[in-house]
Amino acid sequence: MSSLDFDIAHLLAGGLVLISLLMLYQDRLTALINVFAAQAVTLSLSVAWQAYIQAAPHLYITAAIALVMKALVIPIALHRIIKRLGIDRELDQVVGVGPTMLAGIGLVALSLVVMLGVNGEGDQLAREDLAFALSVILLGLLMMVTRRNAVGLVVGFMSLENGLVLAATGAKGMPLVVEISVAFSVLIAFIVIGVFLFRIRERFETVDVTVLDRFRGGRQ
Amino acid sequence: MSALGILLLIPAAAAAVLALIPGYRLSAALNMMASLAALGVAASLLFIRPPGGLYLRVDDLSIVFIVLSAFVGFTTSVFSASYIAHEVEVGKLTPARLRFYHAMYQVLMFAMNLALIANNIGLMWVAIELATLTTVLMVAVYRTAEALEAAWKYFILGSVGIALALFGTILVYVAAKPVVGEGLAGMVWTTLIANAHAFDPALLNLAFVFLMLGYGTKVGLAPLHAWLPDAHAEGPTPISAVLSGLLLNVALYAVLRFKMLLAANPAAVAPGPLMVTLGLVSLIFAGFMLYRRRDIKRLFAYSSIEHMGIIAFAFGMGGPLANFAGLLHMTMHSLTKSAIFFTVGHIAQVKGTQRIADIRGLTVTHPILGWTLVAGVMAIAGLPPFGIFTSEFLVVSSTFARQPLLAIPLVLGLIVALGALLARLQGLAFGEPSPGAAPTRASYLPMIGHLALVLAAGVFFPPLITQWFQHVARLLG
Repeated sequence: MSSLDFDIAHLLAGGLVLISLLMLYQDRLTALINVFAAQAVTLSLSVAWQAYIQAAPHLYITAAIALVMKALVIPIALHRIIKRLGIDRELDQVVGVGPTMLAGIGLVALSLVVMLGVNGEGDQLAREDLAFALSVILLGLLMMVTRRNAVGLVVGFMSLENGLVLAATGAKGMPLVVEISVAFSVLIAFIVIGVFLFRIRERFETVDVTVLDRFRGGRQ
Repeated sequence: MSALGILLLIPAAAAAVLALIPGYRLSAALNMMASLAALGVAASLLFIRPPGGLYLRVDDLSIVFIVLSAFVGFTTSVFSASYIAHEVEVGKLTPARLRFYHAMYQVLMFAMNLALIANNIGLMWVAIELATLTTVLMVAVYRTAEALEAAWKYFILGSVGIALALFGTILVYVAAKPVVGEGLAGMVWTTLIANAHAFDPALLNLAFVFLMLGYGTKVGLAPLHAWLPDAHAEGPTPISAVLSGLLLNVALYAVLRFKMLLAANPAAVAPGPLMVTLGLVSLIFAGFMLYRRRDIKRLFAYSSIEHMGIIAFAFGMGGPLANFAGLLHMTMHSLTKSAIFFTVGHIAQVKGTQRIADIRGLTVTHPILGWTLVAGVMAIAGLPPFGIFTSEFLVVSSTFARQPLLAIPLVLGLIVALGALLARLQGLAFGEPSPGAAPTRASYLPMIGHLALVLAAGVFFPPLITQWFQHVARLLG
């Protein structure tokens, strides 16, 4: 593998981590969805690049799915949802930006230590890709914890799935079954969530998930 | 087509048909027939074992789970028929939702069968994800605020768990790639286990942490259990029975598979201590939480967390005796807990409430339901002569023999849970009856049948099954 191939793969995977960090401090939902779309574009570029250097044409399908579904269809749908719910100007952040960013940086450092500390044979690219992927996954989790709006949760979950796709494509020769299943799971997840968002709206007149907690009170 | 294909085809075809049929009598009957047919096919696997392929395969470990799952799947469908009839009468379920419910029941059976017979860790993951999504939809089927909250929580936590499990699966593939080569081979279970000794141990360790946390969420181990009580309490009761009796087992099966993989690699860290710790935490935590429950279905949901803790503890200890105890406990727990949920389902229907404080004196107003509940709770609390006493005794005695210090928290947890369950039973079953004495058209056969099996296992365990369980226990290492 030439060093240029390696560097470009690195650049794109690193870009994903950077965009994950950007997502952490977006306090407006519209901005959050736009940044998510940017991450999806980067992901699709990264997957396409892996398809090229691994000479694995089936990965182009994964790249196309990422581009169409995650960069176009889902962001557009989410924009429409938040407009219909009238929450497109709402602020949404539970923890302050400073602590969240510090936690995010800590998680990236953690995943680098964990993955690069794993010694042994195997190609370096796969290992570093996994380190980036783990960072994106952990940042996605962090985002899910720091958001209280259902739309924010959904975006956090999808960015977590972006990390999974990065890991799956970085593992050379991984069977197609898994890539398609990942793409499908996003699709299914989205349908389910779509149903839920509207139901929640119908019942509670809000998508703020903290409101849901009051139901726990009397029942234990 | 081999028996494995048929085992998948029956629920898939039944789901498609049930999605189209209106009328609950016909669809409930069809649901039962499909489950019975699946049970027949599963039982045939005991005698004739079809050859495995790259995707599907059945072996000595999975067949225990397959037969148990098909059996409880069938009895639950019998219970479901009478339960659903009542729900339709009181108007809690509309015809459209009922159709959806029956179709989803078979999709769930399909997903669980697929997870159990998959010979491919990617396929197994897909199946468990499908089972999760199906149960999320079923928990939400009543569309009440509480049901939606429960489903939403289950969906978010379940998805995160499933995502972590996928990352673990990818790591296993990355560890396998240098040894078995690229492509499909790196995901086929039989190839993985044969070559596991040569895998990079550090990657395997890391993979197991993710798999344990991911699938452990689905098993309902504390502190990853938050979805479980809500999902059990707010969905239809047949689903609570299937969740506790089957789906938790399927997730546990996935954990056990990967535990075997780690055990096959001498340089990898022992997976036992992690499972023992999570198991003990779940047991003790759930034991104390049982005292604070006010909802009867939540009470038994916490009891499921407690028992999954015991099972994870037993498998974490490892060795032939503890593994045997774990398998036995898992089987007994599935049978007992689903029987309890069958009973609780009918009780909640006649009393019109799930609040423990509003349900009193059941043995007076509904002798059969009341005494079945008494028997079920005594069985689940681990009192003799029921089968759970046998398995808990084996877990405790094997722990005393090897790690006496670990036996102290184990016994403490068991006693705490016992006290909570008996204290609650007192009020539920005896004393001045609460209003709601209408007779029920309950189907007593499933619950009494399950408890009879558990009792029989406690009194006399057939040597043939003992030998078979011992064989599987040795496989588990």
